[in-house]
Amino acid sequence: MLVFEKNAMTEEIEQLVAKYGNNRSSLLPILQDVQRMHKHIPDFAQQEVARLLGIHPVEVYSVITFYSFLNTQPKGRNIVRLCQTIACDLFGKKSVVKAVERELGITFGETTKDGKFTLEYVNCLGMCDQGPVLLINERVYSKVTPEKAIQILGGVK
Amino acid sequence: MMNQEKKDRKGTVLFSKYARGEAIKKALSQTREDILFELRESKLKGRGGAGFPTATKWTIVAAATSKTKYVICNADEGEPGTFKDRVLLLEYPELVLDGMVVAGYTIGAENGIIYLRGEYEYMKKSLEDYLHEMRKDKLLGREILNKTNFNFDITIRMGSGAYVCGEETALIESLEGNRGEARNRPPYPVSTGLLGAPTVVNNVETLASISHIVTKGGLWFKKYGTDKSTGSKLFSVSGDCEKPGVYELPWGTRISEMLEIVGAKNTKAVQVGGASGTCIPKSGFNRILAYEDAATGGSIMIFNESRNMLHVLKNFMEFFVEESCGQCTPCRIGNVKLLEGIELLEQGKCTFSYLNQLKELGKTMQIASKCGLGQSSPNSFISILDNFKEEIFDGNGGTYGK
Amino acid sequence: MATEELMESKNKLRAPVSQKPLKIEKPTDLTTIGGTVSVEINEKKVVVPLGTTILEACKQNGISIPTLCHHEDLCVAGVCRICVVEIEGMRTLQASCAFPITSPIKIKTSTPMVRKARRHIIDLMLSEHYGECYSCFRNGKCELQALAKEYGVDNLTFGHIDKPKYEIDNSSFSVVRDMNKCVLCKRCVRTCIDLQEVGVLEAIDRGSKTHISTFMNKPLADVICINCGQCINRCPTSALRANDPSDRIWAAIDDPKKHVVIQTAPSPRAAIGEEFGLPAGTSMTREMNTALRRIGFDKVFDTNFTADLTIIEEGTELITRLYKALVKKQDVALPQFTSCSPGWVKFLEHYYPEYIENLSTAKSPQQMFGALIKTFYSEKNGIDPADIISVAVMPCSAKKFECNRPEMHASGFKDVDFGLTTRELARMIKEAGINLPEMPKSDFDSPFGEASGAGLIFGATGGVMEAAIRSVVEFVLGKKTEDIFANANIIPLRGFEGIKYMEIPIGDHVGPVPAILKHLIQDWNWLKGATLKVAVAHGTANAKKIMDDIKTGGKFSECHFIEFMACPGGCLGGGGQPIPTTPEIRQKRAQAIYSEDESLEIRKSHDNPHVRRIYEEFLTEGPSGQLSHKLLHTHYVKRGSYIA
Repeated sequence: MLVFEKNAMTEEIEQLVAKYGNNRSSLLPILQDVQRMHKHIPDFAQQEVARLLGIHPVEVYSVITFYSFLNTQPKGRNIVRLCQTIACDLFGKKSVVKAVERELGITFGETTKDGKFTLEYVNCLGMCDQGPVLLINERVYSKVTPEKAIQILGGVK
Repeated sequence: MMNQEKKDRKGTVLFSKYARGEAIKKALSQTREDILFELRESKLKGRGGAGFPTATKWTIVAAATSKTKYVICNADEGEPGTFKDRVLLLEYPELVLDGMVVAGYTIGAENGIIYLRGEYEYMKKSLEDYLHEMRKDKLLGREILNKTNFNFDITIRMGSGAYVCGEETALIESLEGNRGEARNRPPYPVSTGLLGAPTVVNNVETLASISHIVTKGGLWFKKYGTDKSTGSKLFSVSGDCEKPGVYELPWGTRISEMLEIVGAKNTKAVQVGGASGTCIPKSGFNRILAYEDAATGGSIMIFNESRNMLHVLKNFMEFFVEESCGQCTPCRIGNVKLLEGIELLEQGKCTFSYLNQLKELGKTMQIASKCGLGQSSPNSFISILDNFKEEIFDGNGGTYGK
Repeated sequence: MATEELMESKNKLRAPVSQKPLKIEKPTDLTTIGGTVSVEINEKKVVVPLGTTILEACKQNGISIPTLCHHEDLCVAGVCRICVVEIEGMRTLQASCAFPITSPIKIKTSTPMVRKARRHIIDLMLSEHYGECYSCFRNGKCELQALAKEYGVDNLTFGHIDKPKYEIDNSSFSVVRDMNKCVLCKRCVRTCIDLQEVGVLEAIDRGSKTHISTFMNKPLADVICINCGQCINRCPTSALRANDPSDRIWAAIDDPKKHVVIQTAPSPRAAIGEEFGLPAGTSMTREMNTALRRIGFDKVFDTNFTADLTIIEEGTELITRLYKALVKKQDVALPQFTSCSPGWVKFLEHYYPEYIENLSTAKSPQQMFGALIKTFYSEKNGIDPADIISVAVMPCSAKKFECNRPEMHASGFKDVDFGLTTRELARMIKEAGINLPEMPKSDFDSPFGEASGAGLIFGATGGVMEAAIRSVVEFVLGKKTEDIFANANIIPLRGFEGIKYMEIPIGDHVGPVPAILKHLIQDWNWLKGATLKVAVAHGTANAKKIMDDIKTGGKFSECHFIEFMACPGGCLGGGGQPIPTTPEIRQKRAQAIYSEDESLEIRKSHDNPHVRRIYEEFLTEGPSGQLSHKLLHTHYVKRGSYIA
């Protein structure tokens, strides 16, 4: 990270701390906001959060690695999450997986070379009556078929 | 695209008529004791699955002398096959939020928190708008409906993708900025909850039920359901049926009746209570859905004759291996061993004696794990292997094995 | 942003308390917490104070319950589940370490259900525990192994992992991490975060992937580890151990060209007996000397000698600082901080670099020794310093880091070649076929073989301060220490209170300036009426409390001299000491040290004739002179807390 990038990051986190408060209870909201803005939580950001909340960097790292929606390594601009739990599994998850992987040329867990998409599995999204379900960023798509999935991905910027 | 429109849902209790703010108005005209009385009268039990009497929980917190208390709405609905809270929060937020305000009034709390699972981020905006409306109408904020000294507000906190945070003490840990690892109990949240303060943690549906109980009375509520399971329940029905979705049915409904209602055919098994629930074969379809028989937090998953039960079980165990918080030994390693056992079964390599060892291990996990996750994760392992022996063992590796 | 700036702002905002669950305190006064409760344990009625844990209640009544994640020094975890018991009326088993008794319950500690659960738990741990006991250095001293034996878990019911999952982290001079042996008890996490407030280790990932690691999985050498080794002391298995140099020491011993000398710190001798089955608190000083010679060390010296020297140098430095501040009105960093604990020094370098000037520039006794061996000693004895291998047996893992600091080459060579822990030395002694308790007694070698009791008590928290006061009082007041403190025992500085504080009024009567300080000061009149304020902290969590107080201009900022030890209990509880180390064991080791001190004839550093001799013969410019500055003093590094 360059110095000016670090300064910008520090400022950003200081603002978040001012917004949510400088106690440990604010840790998740702050991390969620950093995650939303940067699609990951860089190690410098983790240390800044730790510094401003008065905890150790390893505690921040520990918390991040606990939660599936937080990550420390950069990911694609769009995170495509496919529910892997039973109801979606029974109603065609596998064929959606095949279609999406073929279309994007990557397997689940990977990011496309242009950084546009990251494919991930996710546990139950609470849409079991309408599976298979895709969660793209914060938006839910239900009753997804292989064809529909490709169409949806095509519409994502 | 998902359908966010309010559907024309039918139901006797939860989906019965309710006007926004009704419960708050009624509650504020009563004493805290009156409300607790009605709640006790209703015999309402927690709708998250554990079934703890809500009146007892509230009474303990109401009696605590602490200046700070919290009301937490557990909207971390993560149990596979459960989506009733999604419907309540999207379509009936007034029931849930009014219930929270009533809770705040009754126990003497000023702060309410909705812990909304990260997967439901798309609901956050509409809920926040709704809270804003409530504040405008003095249903939230300082001196609610001009009741002196009653201030209560609600904030929304997001989860970040961890099933275990649905466990109330893990949820509190998460709110405090920690890993969602369940706490040792005692002390319980009612005495030492969020930031050490007495805390009521209620499921979304429990709070929604309360809004009805406060408006219509405990006796009215008790009319529905069974003696030990009063009122009605929202069931999230998924799997092999014509009409999956959320249904309100009174407690005591037979599984077979349920199957009929949702249009399930050739049903082989019903998983009641989600991945951590039990799997009921045909022979048990005359059982009733109730705390005293087939208990559930609402999840009903239907599997027809074409489904491979070992495959279903494997999916459940993969879920627990990932979603265990990883702090206690029985759950962290036990689930892995159960999953490995399933893989051996798939390969036709699991001996009967080892399978029995694994079932015994499952029983240990049920009693020795630190929290509800590890205590219930072996349920499906034990019930599926007990109830679908023939299918799994037929031909060495099972019908669908090698 | 510059690292230092970052550091400074970090320190301003650090939270004062750990956010982890509170430790369940043992109730001391029954009346304040509401009395007692009567419970049944295995059908026997017993009465315990309200809030006592089941584990504690059982212990008090002679019932043993297995534990793994539980440790007396740490807050409750309740995660390993090995200590589960049955409580009548409860569906699930309860972890006895985490269950406070508040009602008259009926407890059963050994039922079929309980025994089966414990066996399962051990079996599960073994299934994930890579490697075999016979090739493990904790073989015979492993808590998991002991439990498996006790419960007859011997057939690996759930299999056994056949490939290591994690790479061994050998990056640190002091601590080696092998997570393939980890059972996730989190004792190290609680030690590092709660007990020491250093924060190197935490649980990473979730579910079956959970493991203990550092920030961003970096090597230990690249994160802020102070090398105190307290995590090693509390690890039930071999997941954490010290970086063992014994093979290289054996090689030196076996090389006829090498002259191998060893210095022995005060704490190992008070604890090494434990490794040979002796009760804690059995002093082995002179038996150890013989054993060391039989192993093949050419000379056996006493680190206490340079502890005495440290007192003279550090005491002189303090007096000089006070003189500059009070008489010359110069801007001098006060309070002066002790610098003999390398864990503490690194803690300060990382977290309080702006206070680096407060650290005494006097080296630790180990490093003073090293510098003298390869200069004074080699000259006197005509040995080429290049042929000398200098070993230090220490209760400490941080001493391994200290001797590898680039500053520590005052002699032109690496002053101390190897730091060896008490545990590692015990193993070397055993490997040589020696049973330590049976050794005949022998003395240290000359010239560094005679030391005072003041040097000896360096091993206990408060000891450095007590040693310093014993000398300073005589220097300044011209009276015998014994005339002020009965038996020269300075009781307020002893014991295991986390932070100790003491004031010593100088009064109107001062003595003459002793010869050893005449080159620096003419008289003591400037100290008349002053009150000397000192404090002692052990364990870096306590050090942090004092430092944060100083930063906000609190009571400790008015102190003149503060002793800091990284380890709870001081060196006797060091990270290189025998395992286990518990509050009770620390107490016994302290007793051994204090009673040996009392048995000695010379109990003040300045009374040590060899110390006088070295100033007469070698460091002729006296304390704080040019040569002593070259050899016996050092400088520190502002490290900051940014992890690159």
